[in-house]
Formats: sequence, structure tokens, C-alpha cells
Amino acid sequence: MLQHLFGFKGGVKPQTNKAPSVQQPIGQAPLPARLYVPLHQSIGGSPNPLVEAGEQILKGQLIGGADGWMSAAVHAPTSGTVLAIEKHVAAHPSGLPTLTVVIAPDGRDEWITRTPLDYRSLAPERVREALRDAGVVGLGGAVFPSHAKLTAASSVAVEQLVINGAECEPFMTCDDLLMRERAEEIVRGSAIFRELLAARRVLIGIEDNKPEAVAAMQAAVQRLGEDHEVVAVPTRYPAGGAKQLIRVLTGKEVPASKRSTDLGVQCFNVATAYTAYRALAYGEPVISRIVTLTGNVLQPRNWEVRLGTPLRDLVALGQPKADTNKYLMGGPMMGFEIPDLAAPVIKATNCVIAGSPTLFPPSPPEMPCIRCGACAEVCPHELQPFELYWFARARNFGKTQEYHLFDCIECGCCSYVCPSHIPLVQYFRFAKSEIWSREREKQAAEAAKARFELRNARAEREQAEKAERLARAAAARSSERKPASAAASPPVAVAESGVASAVASEPAIASPPIDADALKKATIVAAMERARAQRAAVQPRNTEQLTFQQQREIAAIEARRANLQAESSPDEVNRPQRAAE
Amino acid sequence: MISTLVIMALGALVLGAALGYASIKFKVEGDPLVEKIEAILPQTQCGQCGYPGCKPYAAAISAGEADINLCPPGGMDGVRKLADLLGREVKPLEVEEKPKQVAIIDETTCIGCTLCIQACPVDAIVGAAKQMHTIIEPLCTGCELCIKPCPVECIHMQPITENLDNWKWKYPVIEIKRAA
Repeated sequence: MLQHLFGFKGGVKPQTNKAPSVQQPIGQAPLPARLYVPLHQSIGGSPNPLVEAGEQILKGQLIGGADGWMSAAVHAPTSGTVLAIEKHVAAHPSGLPTLTVVIAPDGRDEWITRTPLDYRSLAPERVREALRDAGVVGLGGAVFPSHAKLTAASSVAVEQLVINGAECEPFMTCDDLLMRERAEEIVRGSAIFRELLAARRVLIGIEDNKPEAVAAMQAAVQRLGEDHEVVAVPTRYPAGGAKQLIRVLTGKEVPASKRSTDLGVQCFNVATAYTAYRALAYGEPVISRIVTLTGNVLQPRNWEVRLGTPLRDLVALGQPKADTNKYLMGGPMMGFEIPDLAAPVIKATNCVIAGSPTLFPPSPPEMPCIRCGACAEVCPHELQPFELYWFARARNFGKTQEYHLFDCIECGCCSYVCPSHIPLVQYFRFAKSEIWSREREKQAAEAAKARFELRNARAEREQAEKAERLARAAAARSSERKPASAAASPPVAVAESGVASAVASEPAIASPPIDADALKKATIVAAMERARAQRAAVQPRNTEQLTFQQQREIAAIEARRANLQAESSPDEVNRPQRAAE
Repeated sequence: MISTLVIMALGALVLGAALGYASIKFKVEGDPLVEKIEAILPQTQCGQCGYPGCKPYAAAISAGEADINLCPPGGMDGVRKLADLLGREVKPLEVEEKPKQVAIIDETTCIGCTLCIQACPVDAIVGAAKQMHTIIEPLCTGCELCIKPCPVECIHMQPITENLDNWKWKYPVIEIKRAA
């Protein structure tokens, strides 16, 4: 098939080092003594644990349910007992713990009942849901939930579906071996994706340093009678970057602010297509993946490893050489050093490289930037890494964003060519996470402010309501009292509490009403009583919401308390009387 | 001569009318500076600056009544930003800067008095009278206002530890090696 290929700017050609790990076929990694399956293995919401400690589980059983649409489920990689759901070190550059299901395998490796889905007769939404519940995510390393990518943009029809088998990272061969050995399943999976997206063409891009994989894929496409185009693309790192491969195969350049679907292109990794097919046609969720184990080991090879296998068990299979001093997860260009080998294999683990001082010599000391521009020449996204470096180093994050820091895919080409050995990507990662953290803080501050304002508004409203209620009650009381005050001629009779009214009315009756001084005093006492009663009423008692039963109890207690007080301190009760006399 | 005067007078009238119209049409409600200052403040509403919330403090800074170094949750970073915005000198914080923290209620000692709920400025505590209270951690701003009202001292502050959600790539460190 003749196809005009396009180029992408920049890129480098590091030594590929792929040969050692392709000598042997994919091996089945043995069952480890313990499996540590982290619940959060994909981009999006963290799945909720669905099992409990002590529970017996079967292979393929759902142990973490997808949390919302943008999330993917997690399954038990073998049958056995759940020992605990606890924090365990994550396969992450930080080495921080994450919520993990610890499983003791029983060795029987017993499957749940697998029900193949007739995906052709199902509605597309149902198929997407099935993929989410089977835990299908992008296995190229980004672990983006695949079902979310299978929704075509409403405005633009999908013209090309790109299946990414480029595998441009040095050392890594997991996709190569998968294409050689399981090509048919990949092609079938791509056909499912194509149907879901209603894509016109399917382009399978493979770097031309993998002729066996190209041949296997072409043979599979022919055998199955599909019209997928298998294209060998020139070997140049990072040809396997989604935007780069799309550019090479279709000539479409995805602008910074847009996604490839806006241009009618969608891209999936070959392993993703494979797992999607297994999930739909066999009912097998994603519980294992192919991992390249290579570098400074005696037995470099690709292994099909159960997710949750501790990395220590995996690297033991390769028999690391004595001078091995570190392990990388991912390739040498974009990967990170594993801080703790107790961390498990996760869906993003495509490659584990044992490193030694001879294989990865320690980088020479960082020298000042000489503005040679070599980094800008190799940057596949046409950024200016030296400018970004200055601003990231000076923590001038606004400026880094002006220079499109977030278009950087952290491919590492700039660091690779820098004659001053500046770890440019590390500066960019630092700047990105700092910007994200500030963004989070800003959002939290805004939310706090909104809640504070709401609370203040509520307090004001409640106060206004209470004042209104009191005013209404007072009005009702005064209208009630009017006939009473008309009957009893002296105004002192309007005193509120029983004690006060008794006290106040006593002198009024005892002495003749012409005693102006006594009348004045009695008025003052009555006013004070009223004020006290009002104060008591204003004080919040929080009893409005209680049940009738509770309110009655409170009333009974209050009455008892008033009795007790009256008995214990008769002077207190009598004081106003004395004042009145 | 007369025509010159007329032209000048007309010009003055037209321009004056335009300016008058613009001043009504584009009138700025409130003080834009207060809003800018408030955007820098961390919105913990803790009152540690001596003002009852972030907005009153912003207003006080804008009016020149308050200094810019009174906000401990904002930290030195906040002081620097305020100094930048207002063209003032950067000053060290009045009080010591603390790491970010959240309040935790010891639920076994909580008696359900609702006093902390009334004290929380951002409604981050749930509970009812005589029922256990608890703090919604993601909403807690760490203002410490709930600690004082608690009659049984069951609230304590806990610094936020690093986890996978807030972990950050570190600033690249240049290793200094001993000269041979």
C-alpha cells in the first residue's frame, strides 16, 4: 500500500537497545505470593473498593467500581483471599502510599463466569460502559480511560482512527511482541473502535525498526479481510507521541488548544485495542499486561504480568546483574526511577529497566545555558525549551505559560541534546506541578470565600427572621393585654412575669394611686423585668427544631429549675420588692 | 475672533458632555483595589490579622490602615504578592508561618454542643445538638476558629501531609561535589 508520509519537526535518534528483549516470546510471569492492586490506576476518579478484608474472590472479579464516567474499574488478577485494603507504596516517582487491595492468591487461578458480549448488537453506549467496567484504559502509558475517548465529537466526524504501534522509546518492546504474537486480536479490537467511532479509515502506525511486527499485522489484516492500513513510519523519537504519529500518518497538525478529535482523528495504543477485544469478545477484564523487563539483567524478556505483582518479584525473573543500582519504570527518555521495589505493576507499567553506572552513567554536572538553541531544534512541539527553562528556574510561572509550557509532552529530547546537561524536563515538570498546585489553592480559596459569604447571608437572614417573629409575638401580646390593662387602672399591671406583676401590683394596691414616687419606682421595676424577659427571649436556645416530646421535657426541666432557684434564694426574688418599697 | 470663541466653547461643551456621560456610564462600583487584594488573600476567614475576615482586611489594606504582613495563612508568598501589587516594601510576617493544616475532631470526646459549628466561618463542620460532629476535611481552611469554643478540647490541628494528590515535582537541585 502506497502512502504519502509526512514528517514532524524535531526529534532525536537515541540508540534503540531493543534487540535483547525480543529474542524470546512473551513469557507468563508466575503467580507471586502477594498481589498489591492499587485502586487508582487510571486518570480520573479513584474507584471505590467493593470487597472487604477476608473476602474470597475469583479471578476477574470487580474489586474497585468506576467512580463516575471518567474512571475505570479494577479487577482481581487471580482468585484468593483479600487480606486487607490498606495504604501501600505506589508505582509513582514520589513513592507515596495509595489505597491498595492486598490479595493472597490461592493458586487455583479460578475465573469468574466470563460472558462474552455481543458488541455488534449492543448500543454504543452499552459497549462504552462495558469497556469502563472491564477497566480498559490507554496502555501506552497515559492510562486515560478508553471509553471516554470512544465518543466522537458531535461536530466533526471521525475520519481516521490511528492505532499506535510506533513504540519509539528505547529499550521498550512490549507492543512489538504483542503485535508479533497477537496481531489478530489487535486488528479485531481496532475494528471495534472503528465501529464505535464510525471512522472512515484505520491507520496502524509502526516504526520501521520493527519489520516483524509490520509483517505480522499486515498478515492479520489480510486474514481477517479488513481494510486497515499498516504503515511503517520512520524511526525517530518521539514518533510514538499521539500528536506526532497523527502528523506523520495524516498530515494533520493538532493545534495547542485543540484535541485530535476536533480534526477528526482519534488515536489508541495497540495494547489498548487488544485488551478492549479481550474484554468484549471473551469477557476478560484487564488484569494483566505485557511488561518489558530489560537493561542490566541476564534474561531480558517480555512478560505477561498480573497487575499488582510487586516489582521486586518481576525483576527477579530477569536476574539483575550484580552492579544494578536502580530501576526505571517506563523508558529511559520519559520514565522515572522507581523509589521502592515493593511498588506493584500497574496498568501504566509498560517497561522496567534495570540500570547500572555503565548503562546509565551519572549525568555530568549542570552547566550554565549557553543559548545554543539545540533544544529548540529538537523539540517536537516547536517550543523554546531554553526560554521555558529560564522562566521555570526563576519561578516565573506566568511567563512559562505564555511560552506554552503545557504543550510540552516531557519527551526529554531537549535534555537529551543539551550540551550543558541541564535537566530541562525536570524544570518543566516542577513548573507544571507548581502551577497546578497554585490553581488548586486558588480554587479552594474561591470556594471558601463563596461558603463564607453564603454563611454570612444565612446568618443575616436568620437574624431578620427572628426579629420579625419577636415583633409579631410582641404585637400579639400587646393586643391581648389591652383589655386587661383597661380593667386594671394602674399601668404597672402590665409587668410580664408572674413574680414581677405580683410584686409590682402589691404596692399599687396597698398604697393609694396618688403616691407618684412609688408609682414611678414600680414602673422602673416593671420595665427592668420586661427587658430581662426580652433578653432571655433573644438568646438562642436552639429548641425550635426539637420534637414536641423533647420540648415538653425541656419545659418541665425549666420549671423545676425555676422552682429550685426560688427556694434556694428567696432574697433574690424579694429584691425587686424591696426596691419597690 | 467670535467664531474662534464659539468653536472653542462648543468643543469644551462636547468634550465635557462626553466626559460626564462616561463618568456615569463607566462608573466603577466599589473599590477595584480591594478586590485585587482579596484575590491574593487565602480566604481562610480566620481573623488572625485582627479583622473579621479576608474582605475587611483587604479593605483595611486598601485604605492604608493595615500593614501587608498580618496574614499568616497567606505566608511570605502572600506578602510578596501584596507588596508587588501595592508597590510597598516586603516585610517579614508579624507571626510565624505555619504549614497548612486541617482541624480534626476527636469523635469519642465530642459532646455535641454545636459551638464549633457556629464558629466555623466556612461551614466545614457537620453535626447536630447532642450528636457527634465531624469536619469535612476538604472544606476546612485550617483557621483554628473552632478550637477555642470547644468546651471539651476535642479539636486539634493536623498538618496536611504529602499525598499523591498534592505531591509536586521538586525544584531540580544542583549537587555540589567535592573538588578532587
